[in-house]
Amino acid sequence: MSSQKISLTINGEAVEAEVEARTLLIHFLREQRNLTGPHIGCETSHCGACTVDLNGKSVKSCTIFAVQADGGELLTVEGLANGAELHPLQEGFYESHGLQCGYCTPGMLTRAYRLLQENPDPSDDEIRIGISGNLCRCTGYQNIVKAVRYAADKINQAEGAD
Amino acid sequence: MTPGVFEYHRPKAVDEVLALLGQLGDDAKVLAGGHSLVPMMKLRLAEPAHLIDINAIDALRGIRQDGAAIIIGAATTQAEVIASDLLVAKCSILPEAAAQIADPQVRNCATVGGNCANGDPGNDDPAIMMALDASYVLRSQGGERQVAARDFYEGVYATVLADNELLTEIRIPTPAAGVGMSYQKIKRKVGDYAIAAAAVTLAMADGRCADAAIALTNVGDTALFSSAAADAIKGTSVDAAAIDAAAQAAMAAAAPAEDLRGTVAYRTAMAGQMTRRAIVQALSRATGS
Repeated sequence: MSSQKISLTINGEAVEAEVEARTLLIHFLREQRNLTGPHIGCETSHCGACTVDLNGKSVKSCTIFAVQADGGELLTVEGLANGAELHPLQEGFYESHGLQCGYCTPGMLTRAYRLLQENPDPSDDEIRIGISGNLCRCTGYQNIVKAVRYAADKINQAEGAD
Repeated sequence: MTPGVFEYHRPKAVDEVLALLGQLGDDAKVLAGGHSLVPMMKLRLAEPAHLIDINAIDALRGIRQDGAAIIIGAATTQAEVIASDLLVAKCSILPEAAAQIADPQVRNCATVGGNCANGDPGNDDPAIMMALDASYVLRSQGGERQVAARDFYEGVYATVLADNELLTEIRIPTPAAGVGMSYQKIKRKVGDYAIAAAAVTLAMADGRCADAAIALTNVGDTALFSSAAADAIKGTSVDAAAIDAAAQAAMAAAAPAEDLRGTVAYRTAMAGQMTRRAIVQALSRATGS
């Protein structure tokens, strides 16, 4: 069995681990790192429940091998909050009822996090296109868009106040 | 779903890839974006003993002007295509089509080279490269050859790419100013392959179509280059009758399979309809109207 050492940063913490080459990033995160925020949904890169942020880009961790993240910087939903203080996106999903069953939520949050880095003031259409790789089977898209909008407004107001 | 066991290679240079391919042949697969290959590996439809990851090779990335050609490195992602000012200015069909491929996360990984070399008739770039008369640069330890996109595809997942060769870059003759181009794709939902799609480039001179190229996506075993469809508008004013004749020729060239995306008759009709729409948009862009 060919396994190899990888080192990467996960949610700001330096991590070293040994993985089989065939270990998918999502399995590494959930099973070896106990980071069960990223979910396994379709396993075929359609649903986006496994979305994480790798080297400043949203990716689907079910379709990347853990070895490919070697040397990288990774953010999962567990890294969004600042201690007990929710990230504005998490607060937005809470305030705007942006989730029902919650299965898609970690992927929605990490994708929306990167979307707001790329486009801090997106229109509703841009939000919809931006999260088009994330499926919600409770069909809660209206409130998800509102939640992202809430977060964008809150972040922009805070920055305007600085 | 976990893929079978393989040995992972992450070379830093093209020559290392070519040495590995020369040594391993069809025991190895090249990993670019991986969004076609990895799902196949999970289903055990692909079980390569070696995986050669080309993502650490900077020389395979990037989009640049080189004399009369636009060069796209094979490992350039679809997200990078969308963000390319050069392509938006000179070859807008590629970023416009890329925005219709998969979704944002997948486009951050999925590469142009993978899209072109994979041989899946559902991929969008092959028809576009045919319409643009692009060439693929194929390298092996034995040397380098260029194959026109129009000559590259042999069947479903079958291309002229040899087991010891790597697609390193795509060379597109820079479209002349005034060339109109359009890619029209009908699909069921975001992320899906086309029910049918058409790529059109055309140039007008003195009110007549001086040159045109038309190719179709996902209505045959490969992308289909249709000289007959282009011939139907060449030399004409591209009026309704000529556009209709081109659509009829595209439908005659189309040979789709019936699947979840529709019946043979429906997908054939959509090949015609996408051809019409692409000609109309390319014409309006060529004439600035």
